[in-house]
Amino acid sequence: MTATHDPTIPPPRRLKPWNAVERGLARVGISGRVLVLIAPVAWLLVFFLIPLAVVFGISLATKQFGRPPYSPLLTTEEGTVQLTLHLNNYIRLFTDNLYVAAYLSSIRIAFIATVITLLIGYPMAYAIARAPEQWRNVLLMLVILPFWTSFLLRVYALTGFMRGNGVINQFLGLFGIEPLVMMQTDFAVYVGIVYTYLPFMILPLYTTLVKLDESLLEASADLGARPLRTFLSVTLPLSLPGIVAGSMLVFIPAIGEFVIPSLLGGPETLMIGRVLWDEFFTATNWPRAAAVAVAMLVVVVVPIMLLQRAQSAVVEK
Amino acid sequence: MFRRGWFLPIAAALGFSFLYAPIVSLVVFSFNESRLVTVWSGFSTKWYGELFRDPQMLGAAWLSLQIAALAATIALVLGTLAAVALVRFRRFRGRTLFAGMVSAPLVMPDVITGLSLLLLFVAMESMLGWPQGRGMLTIVIAHATFCTAYVCVVVQSRLSDFDRSLEEAAMDLGASPLRTFFDITLPIIAPALVSGWLLGFTLSLDDLVIASFVSGPGSSTLPMVIFSKIRLGVSPDVNALATIIIGLVALGVLAATILQLRSRPGKARG
Repeated sequence: MTATHDPTIPPPRRLKPWNAVERGLARVGISGRVLVLIAPVAWLLVFFLIPLAVVFGISLATKQFGRPPYSPLLTTEEGTVQLTLHLNNYIRLFTDNLYVAAYLSSIRIAFIATVITLLIGYPMAYAIARAPEQWRNVLLMLVILPFWTSFLLRVYALTGFMRGNGVINQFLGLFGIEPLVMMQTDFAVYVGIVYTYLPFMILPLYTTLVKLDESLLEASADLGARPLRTFLSVTLPLSLPGIVAGSMLVFIPAIGEFVIPSLLGGPETLMIGRVLWDEFFTATNWPRAAAVAVAMLVVVVVPIMLLQRAQSAVVEK
Repeated sequence: MFRRGWFLPIAAALGFSFLYAPIVSLVVFSFNESRLVTVWSGFSTKWYGELFRDPQMLGAAWLSLQIAALAATIALVLGTLAAVALVRFRRFRGRTLFAGMVSAPLVMPDVITGLSLLLLFVAMESMLGWPQGRGMLTIVIAHATFCTAYVCVVVQSRLSDFDRSLEEAAMDLGASPLRTFFDITLPIIAPALVSGWLLGFTLSLDDLVIASFVSGPGSSTLPMVIFSKIRLGVSPDVNALATIIIGLVALGVLAATILQLRSRPGKARG
């Protein structure tokens, strides 16, 4: 593209392999579109969509000993194919208090953590969006940087911070304050979710806030609105898509979180991701784990739809 | 209250110290003499030596690096193709379903992705005889699947904001669509491809939950080894490992930023 052409000298001839390749493909009836689509469509069908169907299928089986450790759905007996569906996993899900409590507690923990993340992330995103232009990229990079380091190691960093003789308690000890019990509590789980998911909240908020037309704020001030009033009736409503997108990006994965509750939470911190993990690895009840997963999908479907609508609003504005 | 006040800078400063304080303390205590990760007893680099003499750690790290490189490369190809389809083909049958399949893995809880892929592999093995057992191959497939979604998002945003007239010019001059893609489109979206690949690489290197479901005996990835270690309590060699990873990431991001600033000097003025 950067080469300058002297119009009198023809550019050197180059081999044109692409034309030949395309002609060859067209001859067997493969158009460009098919060529582009076939690989990702096939991959995602086999390794994303079909697995979800398999989960649903196996959730209707029942545990048995052997390999694989679940009963077959289709059996052939004396020439007739028999379909056996077990609903006991789902019945158990609704009747056993453990599961209901785990779902409710996951939703509660994810919701509270999302609200805290929003309260911390919003002022940060707003500060970055209002910072001088040459500073914005540096600050954004500082937000994204922890995201590139290991999630697991960041959770581990928090354990060193909050444990009984950790950094916080040593700091408090300097002032003669009794050590606080933070680890293995729901509080530690909130801190863990806020800490690891904060970048996901800040980025969409920043994207909406940086596009905010400042003249709207000035107009509001000129008309006599106090800053708080301007914020509540101009800034906040205009950044709503960012708020929804950021909140869903925190809320949805937080519901199914496994690492944070198992490293930071206590034995009584009940979360559904952990229940599924134990059902699968400890109890090796695969059909029950599959039913737990299906129910979790039902819980996150509405938030996922909300997220998709909010994301297109964030991008389009 | 919000504009030119004290509130925003203070909130941002507090927020950033919240993000960085635990990381800083993690790095500091990796140089601690004592086994107690939280009590300072003198400077030492012995935990780094310990780390490099641990065959289980090294083996897991090497396995994780191979898996990450393979998964990121597969995801790069699939994600780029998916992004081209979503940005350039305005209408085709099943577009909504396709868009949903591409973006859903971004938010799908890890436990569901892991369980569903494991059940698929088990069902496939009993029906088709493939894949035989579980290990590196099944982890690569699982990681490539969720990394595709991330690559697609990154490439999509680059594809949708570049000047299409360049492609049209190439076509007008007689280049075929395939040639146009390789000669014009690919060089332009190259930065997005690099960041997409790196993102996939890091995410794969970082994944614990999905790998735990789809791995087999003898193929423990680095996060799996770390997790079993820190579940038992603190261990300073994990601090040392974390410090190395954080150092590499910081260097990488710094290099990328410098390259970006050099290649587009007038960008800030827009």
